Amino acid sequence: MKSPEYITLDANEAAARIAYLTNEVIAIYPITPASQMGEWADEWAAAGKPNLWGTVPQVVEMQSEGGAAGAIHGALQAGSLATTFTASQGLLLMIPNMYKIAGELTPVVFHIAARAIAAQGLSIFGDHQDVMAARQTGWAVLASASVQEAQDFAAIAHAATLQARVPFIHFFDGFRTSHEINKIALLDEDDLRAMLDEAGIARHRAHGLSPEHPVIRGTAQNPDVYFQGRETVNPYYAAVPGIVQGAMDRFAALTGRQYHLYEYYGAPDAEHVVIIMASGGEAVHETVDYLNAHGAKLGVLKVRLFRPFDCAGMIAALPQSVRKIAVLDRTKEPGSAGEPLYQDVLTALMENWTGVMPRVVGGRYGLASKDFTPAMVKAVYDNLDLDQPKNHFTIGINDDVGHTSLPFDRDFSVEPETVVRALFYGLGADGTVGANKNSIKIIGENTPNYAQGYFVYDSKKSGSMTTSHLRFGRDPIRSNYLITKANFVACHQPGFLERFDILADAVEGGVFLLNTHVPADRVWDSLPRNTQEHIVNKHLHLYIIDAYKVAKEAGMGGRINTVMQVCFFAISGVLPRDEAINEIKDSIIKTYGKKGEEIVEKNLQAVDQTLGNLYEVAVPTAISSKVELLSPVSAGAPDFVRGVLGEMIAGRGDLLPVSLMPADGTYPVGTTQYEKRNLAQEIPVWDPNVCIQCGKCAMVCPHAVIRIKAYEPELLTGAPETFKSMDAKDTDWAGLKYTIQVAPEDCTGCALCVDVCPAKNKSAANQKAINMRPQPPLREQECENWDFFLDIPELDRRRIKTSSIRQQQVQQPLFEFSGACAGCGETPYLKLITQLFGDRTVVANATGCSSIYGGNLPTTPWASNDEGRGPAWANSLFEDNAEFGLGIRVALDKQNEIARELLQKLAGEIGGEFAESILHAVQRDEAGIHEQRERVALLKQRLAELSSVGRNGASDAKRLLDLADTLVKRDVWIVGGDGWAYDIGFGGLDHVFASGRNVNILVMDTEVYSNTGGQASKSTPRAAIAKFAAGGKRGSKKDLGMIAMSYGGVYVAHVAMGAKDEQTLRAFLEAEAYDGPSLIIAYSHCIAHGINMGTAMRNQKAAVDSGQWLLYRYHPEHAARGEHSLTLDSRAPKLPLNEYLRMENRFRMLEMSKPEVARELFAQAQEDVRMQWALYEYLASRSVNGSEVKS
Amino acid sequence: MTDITTPYLGMMLRSPIVVSASPLSEKVDNIRRMEDSGAGAVVLYSLFEEQIRQEREAMHHYMLYGTESFAEALSYFPEPEVYHAGTEDYLKLIQDAKKAVDIPVIASLNGAHPGSWEKFARRIESAGADALELNVYTIPSDLLMSGAAVEQNIIEIVREVKAAIKLPVAVKLSPFFSNMANMAYQLDLAGADALVLFNRFYQPDIDLETLEVVPNLLLSTPQALRLPLTWIALLYGRIRPQLAATSGVHTANDVVKLMMVGAQVTMMASSLLRSGIDHIRLVESGMRKWMNEHEYESVAQMRGSLSQLNAPDPSAFERAQYIRSLKSYQPKE
Repeated sequence: MKSPEYITLDANEAAARIAYLTNEVIAIYPITPASQMGEWADEWAAAGKPNLWGTVPQVVEMQSEGGAAGAIHGALQAGSLATTFTASQGLLLMIPNMYKIAGELTPVVFHIAARAIAAQGLSIFGDHQDVMAARQTGWAVLASASVQEAQDFAAIAHAATLQARVPFIHFFDGFRTSHEINKIALLDEDDLRAMLDEAGIARHRAHGLSPEHPVIRGTAQNPDVYFQGRETVNPYYAAVPGIVQGAMDRFAALTGRQYHLYEYYGAPDAEHVVIIMASGGEAVHETVDYLNAHGAKLGVLKVRLFRPFDCAGMIAALPQSVRKIAVLDRTKEPGSAGEPLYQDVLTALMENWTGVMPRVVGGRYGLASKDFTPAMVKAVYDNLDLDQPKNHFTIGINDDVGHTSLPFDRDFSVEPETVVRALFYGLGADGTVGANKNSIKIIGENTPNYAQGYFVYDSKKSGSMTTSHLRFGRDPIRSNYLITKANFVACHQPGFLERFDILADAVEGGVFLLNTHVPADRVWDSLPRNTQEHIVNKHLHLYIIDAYKVAKEAGMGGRINTVMQVCFFAISGVLPRDEAINEIKDSIIKTYGKKGEEIVEKNLQAVDQTLGNLYEVAVPTAISSKVELLSPVSAGAPDFVRGVLGEMIAGRGDLLPVSLMPADGTYPVGTTQYEKRNLAQEIPVWDPNVCIQCGKCAMVCPHAVIRIKAYEPELLTGAPETFKSMDAKDTDWAGLKYTIQVAPEDCTGCALCVDVCPAKNKSAANQKAINMRPQPPLREQECENWDFFLDIPELDRRRIKTSSIRQQQVQQPLFEFSGACAGCGETPYLKLITQLFGDRTVVANATGCSSIYGGNLPTTPWASNDEGRGPAWANSLFEDNAEFGLGIRVALDKQNEIARELLQKLAGEIGGEFAESILHAVQRDEAGIHEQRERVALLKQRLAELSSVGRNGASDAKRLLDLADTLVKRDVWIVGGDGWAYDIGFGGLDHVFASGRNVNILVMDTEVYSNTGGQASKSTPRAAIAKFAAGGKRGSKKDLGMIAMSYGGVYVAHVAMGAKDEQTLRAFLEAEAYDGPSLIIAYSHCIAHGINMGTAMRNQKAAVDSGQWLLYRYHPEHAARGEHSLTLDSRAPKLPLNEYLRMENRFRMLEMSKPEVARELFAQAQEDVRMQWALYEYLASRSVNGSEVKS
Repeated sequence: MTDITTPYLGMMLRSPIVVSASPLSEKVDNIRRMEDSGAGAVVLYSLFEEQIRQEREAMHHYMLYGTESFAEALSYFPEPEVYHAGTEDYLKLIQDAKKAVDIPVIASLNGAHPGSWEKFARRIESAGADALELNVYTIPSDLLMSGAAVEQNIIEIVREVKAAIKLPVAVKLSPFFSNMANMAYQLDLAGADALVLFNRFYQPDIDLETLEVVPNLLLSTPQALRLPLTWIALLYGRIRPQLAATSGVHTANDVVKLMMVGAQVTMMASSLLRSGIDHIRLVESGMRKWMNEHEYESVAQMRGSLSQLNAPDPSAFERAQYIRSLKSYQPKE
């Protein structure tokens, strides 16, 4: 047996490597937390990396997980070795094919990063709900508990399936294992090859469909034989446990790592045993060690093979001494007799146990990556100590509704002192996580020590806090839960100290490293009281560095990663200081060498300059600070926001009891306004002397922090001294005052507004009507101004001409302060919908970026106006959003129909003329809608009187009262990204086009799956590099607009706000006004394009100027009138396409990585542009009767 | 038959008309057409090291931008297996051009950092270029940097490159030195094999509608010829390096004039961008015609015949003449 190579990696990479090496066809589709497995496969294939047999696997991206399963089914039927990766809803979409694949006895392994299922809310985090939803498909289920196992079991599963002909789900816990970096022994290719059964491969090949030996597979079977056919497979399933154990034994012979299907660990004479599957078993294992060392006699049974469930094997693994068993399930099946593992254990015991039957209780833990700690494990064992242990319990939460939860002592810890435990609080943008991953690599791969890293991210995309949990030690690290006893805490952003209890998890005598610009002699006074208390009471050692200064001097900008990494090594003593610094330098050269020597030089310079700037600060004994922790929400927040959402913001969401959670997942709107994130170092400041009141700054603001109001001059009474106003320039508003105000604490500082401002100061052209200025000195004053501004009443919507941007932009946005990336290209479009139609809109939002920044807790951006009206928002799934929206439309139409029927029926009681006025109301504009609202208000008053008991028609009146609001115009907006519209949701979208129903569809086209990290979609343009298109996208972009136009009855607009905002506005108005399906495809610049987000509207313009993105509107009513229905709103391409492509990293990367391919694809892309223009120009020049239009 | 062959940088060119660095040489097809049109040699477009560096840094920045912030999108791009440093294309162009044409291929390099000149020069030499032109022009705008320091930097670069490679080295300069003659002499001492006079640089313009400063590439005008003409005339015969004229060379007469003041070769780009690569043919035939009509046997014969050393009125090239001509415009008292 060779001694293995040790490397550090996460389970996604470990499993993907084995899958890649052992397969020929790989179908992929992005879904968190499994996306990385597909990304690895695609990158390796793009780099020409061969599999075990020297050939590069075919990696094919599909339009959905359902598609991936279908493609794999096909590949398997053709006799190839094939695999895929998925999680959560993705696995659910594969289920139909999984039944088929199993029914046909086909060897295959799907690798699953197990994840929660969307129910009352979506969660991207890990549990076993997805795997459990597929347990009935006839697939073997093999569970990995760690990164090492994820690699090893991937190999064992591939080996076993070839032998057994039963397909395998190989799963590990999403995030906890999929994203945990750990040091593992690498399985070398020879050992992997030795594991695989060549005869099994040959049999699989021979089983493949071939015209040389044709067969029919997939017959339709009748009542006479289907049943018998279904029972044919039993012997295959019966053989699986033996085959898997055989594979495990072979694996042990090759590698020395012995696994068992049901692995018992603990006291041989244990009376109390926990049965558990996957990563949770590691925490139990560790706790058993600790408690047994302290005199207990406990055991844990780790279930590796869950399907087929080998009852006898499991029972055999249990010690005969066992008297009580707690079965822990990481899933929830409401209404069941118990969760699946619990039920299986009970069945196994009933069928196989001899002697006194142990008492068995079941419990749920760890849903959606809820941390599962030794403290919780101890509580589970403590429960078994009771005479009547609680059954169907939960652990890890406070269930004050169903009273299922077990109490536990949060302070209980089993972490050995020999392990270095470090916590790092950083910003996403400062490189903290990257540096920590690098530190793990250095220690894990260059020293005999073991290393582990796990990273917790924020729910917001911009300005987010990251927490890195790192452990280093002499022995393999099983502690797969968050660190709560840290002997090293680093705070990379001093601002966090005021917002979070950063040192709560520091241990006595630990080290606190703070990045601050405050010098050593003044730093103590700058710390909040809470921080000082921790430092003094726990006798912490305080170190400081001005990392931003060092990084800046080294030319690294805001990336303080290298500086803080050096500090960590210098202080922590994990490695001798000089050795550590040499390792960091080597690592910099290895990591950045290929990217350019200047990048290496800067990092090396940062290393060299760090130690001279690192100081230990003598800690006073007295606590002197008057600075208290900030409240997580602003003053005036409603109780629910304060008591529930605020606790989540403060990082105390784990402590919230069940009773405070809405039972059906319904949350109040408009809650982002209470979370003052103060992200911007600079905010825009308005200069009325230069302003031309065009409204563009407010229109492009992705975060709705620039607001405009036009108002009566007397409302300025009592205005703060620094509040700015000017006369409204628009002649319609003569006599009104005009103010542009910024929300200083909600701005992200993206500066898009400044870039689009067309007004320049006549004396200094670098100054505009809106300019970025440092936020801190302005914060107090502008907060006061903002509050005053909010109190100024909105202008009557009937006085606003919506077709003019300068007027339209005074409409109140009802989508504000979202957690989207700073400078997001999608949100300005959503905000525009809410300004124009928000008070009458229901939104169906496809899963993706927009559902995340739109609906991710704690706080959400969809808001309501002063009258309490605003968009009602819901997210169903990724794949069904068009259908979901259509259903809403059909329901609203039906409700309106019922209301009209009832109104006609009740006309006698409420007045015929009045009823007629409601029934025939014209609601084309704000005035019409306003009047109808007034009529409906009156109607409701009458109905309330009529519905009182005993009156004629009371029941009808009551029914109409419930539906009366639907007599006012209702809009349905179906919104989502290109991943939904072009790929996974296209079938439904296409059906909605054909439905003729009055829905408005907004596709925010970023040309990649942005939310999952930039995977290619069918919208991705040719020559772009994206994940899943690592070698550059070879095909051209799908023309969704043309497909929609082919129906004739769909309004279609292709817009780009940054290129022509008037056209965008016009398209939104026309789409909403059109009584039928409308589709707006909106160019949405994105962080995944690799661009400067602050100037991204220029990219939109360049896309249009180059002809890459056309602006047009297709109006079916024009066609009906015989006029030309397609209007081209952009001019003939004038910018060479290359110039646009070179503005964006997604294209530039191809030039840098594959110049030959770039030359070819850029040229083809230019040709695409030419042909696209020729086609659209031709179509736009024709009327529907074929004649050329004279324009 | 008039002999227009010209020695330059140790090579014998078939014509003194050389194509100077321009985007035209980005394509091998164009280089082939230059040869077909009679060019004596081609100077490839300049490899701007600083630009490549900036592009790499931008790439690195955008690769990291927004990463490791949000659990679902820990990065936004696949990590390429290979990054082309940005110089590969250029080195490949040298190789391809060498395969495609027989005329000398002269590489052009614009470095930005100490050490980088030398490194890239070596790569260019290995790629097979026949000679190297160092394009040393930058705009020194540092208030604290003296003119002497600027000059010393340039001299050091030339010295380093000469020490690093065996290729002949030409230095392309701007005219903006306090004493151009001394600068030329210093470069002579530093080992330059030729001086290319003078570099053109791009001066931005103002867009009055957008109130923005915009890059504006102006092609050279015939008037631009006067500066190289003057300095070649002044330097000819006084320093060892050969003199190449560039800027404002548009017509056959321009070539003849420059030969007469002492240019070894004359370089063209703007007129080719305007009139096409075939324009070389026209200039050459015009030059031959003029030489025939005026009974010149070879360009060697005319070279330097009107330099300051050989001109009937040597003072015509000096500043004093300028003052006198100004005086002649003085209003009468």
